[in-house]
Amino acid sequence: MGNCVGATWLPLEDDGVHDPLAPGVRLLQQPAEALGRLTPDSAGNYVRWVEALDKGEIKPREALRSKAAPRFRDDDILLNLKGGMPIVRFPHRAHTLWLDCSNCHDHLFKAVAGANKLSMFAILQGEQCGVCHGAVSFPLTECTRCHSVARSAVNGKPAQAAQGGALVPAAK
Amino acid sequence: MAPRPTTGPIGRALAALLTLLFVLAFLDIEPARAEYGDVVINNYSDAAGMRPVVFPHWFHRIRFRCKVCHADLGFQFKAGGNQINMAKIIDGQFCGACHNGDIAWSVENCNLCHSAKPGTVTQVHESTIQKLAAPAEPARK
Repeated sequence: MGNCVGATWLPLEDDGVHDPLAPGVRLLQQPAEALGRLTPDSAGNYVRWVEALDKGEIKPREALRSKAAPRFRDDDILLNLKGGMPIVRFPHRAHTLWLDCSNCHDHLFKAVAGANKLSMFAILQGEQCGVCHGAVSFPLTECTRCHSVARSAVNGKPAQAAQGGALVPAAK
Repeated sequence: MAPRPTTGPIGRALAALLTLLFVLAFLDIEPARAEYGDVVINNYSDAAGMRPVVFPHWFHRIRFRCKVCHADLGFQFKAGGNQINMAKIIDGQFCGACHNGDIAWSVENCNLCHSAKPGTVTQVHESTIQKLAAPAEPARK
């Protein structure tokens, strides 16, 4: 709550990156104008991007040239089962809304739950999840959005718990 | 002995003015507070006498899913990692897949993309690492 337009998003000419003298700057869309209409968040772009997509506030294209049907997957993978932080719930659904399988598999992550050695050190350096989180998708200061499952909730379950379904046909 | 110019009242005023200008010059270098995910691409721009390019992720993801550019068009997940130049864009590669006057504005509109302050380095701005590495950055107003 409390995302006042103008308070959260700096005008382009004041953002320190755009050159206020550049002739194009005054023609570009301002972040506040576009993002102020979307479901608010407390970090990153101050937009809940997945929620904005689910609610139909935005309708981003899935392809430029229609080729293969988009691939969606809606299962959750639980990660970090042995650490001290709460367990990570990785939702395939939120990720495949935006991304293609090939964006992560297999050069970033093997497609087997538990087969990847993940580390916050690597992630903070922009590897693994940190390729996107911390740069474009919600920032790495939002610990509990990934570390979201209480350890007690999955006690006694097998070491690599993968719940739910398989590849889902394109929702159209 | 004649007083040195910096010890007289005019000299002191000059010195104070110079100090003030010096401080103001440094205050003017504000840390960048671009929108989260803004990428500045300056592989060739500075050398070519153009302003660097600002690529706003927020603007593009309202209109396209990540995979359109990062799977179909072949953009690497790395700021400056694609070696994009205008010849490739005019040839329909990278930005040129849309910025052709058909889906989005065409290449004649140089200033709409080349809009960053000269000398801005190639990087993803406002990234978590950038913020953690520079904790002195003032909070967003």
